[in-house]
Amino acid sequence: MDATFTIRVNGNEHRLTTDPDRPLLDVLREDLHLNGTHYGCGAGDCGACSVLVDGKRIFSCSTAINEVAEVAGTEAAGQSITTIEGLSNGAKLHPVQQAFLDEGAFQCGYCTPGMIVAATALLKEKPSPSDAEIIEGMNGNICRCCGYARMISAIRRAAEQNGGAK
Amino acid sequence: MNTPISDPLGNPTSTGQVEDEPESGEQTQLNRRQFLQSLGAGLLLAVIVPVDALAQERPPRGSGPNRTANEATLAARLHINEHGRITVMTGKVEGGQGARAQIAQAVAEELRVSPEMIDVIMADTALTPDDGGTHGSQTTPRTIPAVRRAASAARDLLLSAAAAKLGVALGELEARNGQIVNVANVRIKQELTYGQIATDVANSKAFTASPSRDIQISAVADWKVLGTSVPHPNARALVTGRHFYPSDYGGPLVLHGAVLRPPAYRAKLKSVDLEPAKNTPDVASVVRDGDFVGVAARTSLAARRAIESLEKSAEWDTTAVVPANTTNVYDHLRQNVRGGADAIKNPYADELTRSTASLRSEYRVAYIQHAPMEPRAAVAHFDGDRLTVWTGTQHPFDVRNELVRALNIDSPDKVRVIVPDFGGGFGGKHSGEVAIEAARLARAAGYAVRLVWTRAEEFAWAYFRPAGVMLAEANLAEDGSIDSWFYRNINSGNSGIASPYRAARNNTQFVQSEAPLRQGSYRALAATANHFARESFIDELAVLAKDDPLNFRLKHLGDERMIAVLRAAAEKGGYAATRLLKSVGTGVGIACGTEKGSFVAACAKVQIAPDGKSFRVTHICQTYECGKIMNPANCLSQVQGGLIMGLGGALYEEVEFDAGVIKNGNFTDYRVPRIADLPTMDIHLLDRPDLPSVGAGETPIIAIAPAIANAIYHATGKRIRQMPIRLDPA
Ligand code: FES
Ligand code: FES
Repeated sequence: MDATFTIRVNGNEHRLTTDPDRPLLDVLREDLHLNGTHYGCGAGDCGACSVLVDGKRIFSCSTAINEVAEVAGTEAAGQSITTIEGLSNGAKLHPVQQAFLDEGAFQCGYCTPGMIVAATALLKEKPSPSDAEIIEGMNGNICRCCGYARMISAIRRAAEQNGGAK
Repeated sequence: MNTPISDPLGNPTSTGQVEDEPESGEQTQLNRRQFLQSLGAGLLLAVIVPVDALAQERPPRGSGPNRTANEATLAARLHINEHGRITVMTGKVEGGQGARAQIAQAVAEELRVSPEMIDVIMADTALTPDDGGTHGSQTTPRTIPAVRRAASAARDLLLSAAAAKLGVALGELEARNGQIVNVANVRIKQELTYGQIATDVANSKAFTASPSRDIQISAVADWKVLGTSVPHPNARALVTGRHFYPSDYGGPLVLHGAVLRPPAYRAKLKSVDLEPAKNTPDVASVVRDGDFVGVAARTSLAARRAIESLEKSAEWDTTAVVPANTTNVYDHLRQNVRGGADAIKNPYADELTRSTASLRSEYRVAYIQHAPMEPRAAVAHFDGDRLTVWTGTQHPFDVRNELVRALNIDSPDKVRVIVPDFGGGFGGKHSGEVAIEAARLARAAGYAVRLVWTRAEEFAWAYFRPAGVMLAEANLAEDGSIDSWFYRNINSGNSGIASPYRAARNNTQFVQSEAPLRQGSYRALAATANHFARESFIDELAVLAKDDPLNFRLKHLGDERMIAVLRAAAEKGGYAATRLLKSVGTGVGIACGTEKGSFVAACAKVQIAPDGKSFRVTHICQTYECGKIMNPANCLSQVQGGLIMGLGGALYEEVEFDAGVIKNGNFTDYRVPRIADLPTMDIHLLDRPDLPSVGAGETPIIAIAPAIANAIYHATGKRIRQMPIRLDPA
């Protein structure tokens, strides 16, 4: 049975009536047309679908819309969702985006939004992570182009510029 | 910024420069003429370059497989608009290998402008010429020289037009920075912008040119843009999530598709009740056409639910299913060799028997999957009887033809295939199945349909890199030279099969077998399997000859490029020292190879776990040489990426299956390299300005597995002859 939700994404509120079981990923892509969040596995295995919910990284493929949205007529409060599109501020890139850009830390780029979102969450929690912490924080994200070396450099660069601490 | 070119669903086309939010709503089918109008006034130049004109630039070995007739000529279209902005149209695709930047670089170099002045339109059957698929590392050695000749021809045209207009001799003019400048007489400032000339020339006609064989392209020593690390033209769109991948097209204008899959490879549909699917909420259309059953729905969840409802009633005929599985597949391949036992019989068997130093070994590689991060995806849209499909494929024109056939469309002109830069291919996206499925759904629904394969579908229904059995037999003469060399590759393929080691007699062949799974291309094709087998076997022969593996190789190799990468890897990888000062549980191994005209060597160090059941690759030094390097940063990305992807096939990746059913079709059970798997890496690109440039997307993958297997032998005395390499196969 469809239900009506209010969902807060990148500072905007959207009201929609849909199946409460739908993954947040599908709602972002199919209803809000925020295509930057990508499907990679649908099972929490790859991180391509990463978004921030109240600053923490979640897998939007494995999170149902009714877990994060405000359900009309109930007490359930909606959470604040940030997608890759919401990280930059107009033409000004988020420091983590800028670091990925400066390091050229992508090939096909399909995993990149998920990587940047995961790195943003990591740097928020640990503004100057050790290499071990970078690896731990990023191991849930797969890059099949296998561009991991440059990603590590990008995260180090962002950390140096204190990118995550904002 | 130029205006985004609209398409039937109102999405931006992928010139690599479109940054704005998509403008939706424009529904007109765009034809080439309109498109050219949208480029504005200017000069259009179509250049045909016969492939044999490029012969001197082609690598000595390995033209790619499946070459189509269209590749006999390479065409490039260039447009220069009134502002001097240059658009180049090429049939090549961008799937992360860096072609877009390199093509922009090539044009910028020859037209003497900065790469930011170039827009590259790729792989759109309505706009770009057909220059074959993107495979076999052919973009660098074939497309780039063709594009450079086209750009050179355009420069010549601009120069002569300017000479005529200014009334000066051609020799007095020079092209620089988007202008033709009189350099002979600097006092009377005479200059014309490309835009001015292009508008002028275009008033008379559009040009088709076949540049002569000796057309001037810039010498390596004069390169200003080529040879530098020009970044990915799409970079900003990639980090902001604004790039449109094939799975992103359509916006609010599409339904979402899903397809009923058989329970096993080769199972045939007997019957199915479509009613439950039709009654699923939000489902717009359900279609059955022979074995094909699919649905289109308002959301992808609704589409999947409808498919689940069909699975309950579907009945399947499984008599054609091959009973092979992960364990017995190698026996299966051996037993079903085409040509029977004779095909794998060593003609030098007697020599082996008589020799005091002979060896026979069998190596195996498993079925693996490409698993690109973006699964197969297509958006299909009919406008009357005209079909447009956006999809991620390495062969846009072939896919167009597949669509024409599968959908019974009366003319290829009614089908347009557009390939936006997509999320990884690795040789796995040569075919058009998802495009056909989306088109069938769109036709049935009377509405545009987006179909994105699930990860499980991608694992089970995309073609696999073939499993293979490699038989290697040799004997050594008294003086330690290789007397006879016998080699068979069963089922996995021909690429990289030719041994670079001198042998008095050599009998080497690839033989087909009956494949229990659907198989096809993979990055570097069979070069990975053949190098794993050969480079392991050479190590075994070195042991037989009581020689050091590096020494033994150097004695038997002839090619100086191979010797150079091998020596460099040994030196920079600390081979000799680790060999000498071997500590318990550690080992070092080396391997080298060549494919598609480039050369690679790897020196790997391993650490064996105290219980002897597992190991860790601690360090890899890889050297790589692909002639003159066109884009160092991209080349390094390709080498790093190939190496780490190769680590996956070397250590973890294996498709588990039983009787046509894939058992580990997800990223938990099918393990791919993750960030924690990275060994320390030391990569050296050997630049050779004296040699033509060849592609770097494939060959870096081939040396890592044998280097690891050889290191494990060094550490433990155990020879592992199977990929993935495991100490404890249990
Ligand atoms: S798509 Fe969500 S983790 Fe892979
Ligand atoms: S850049 Fe292609 S998957 Fe990461």
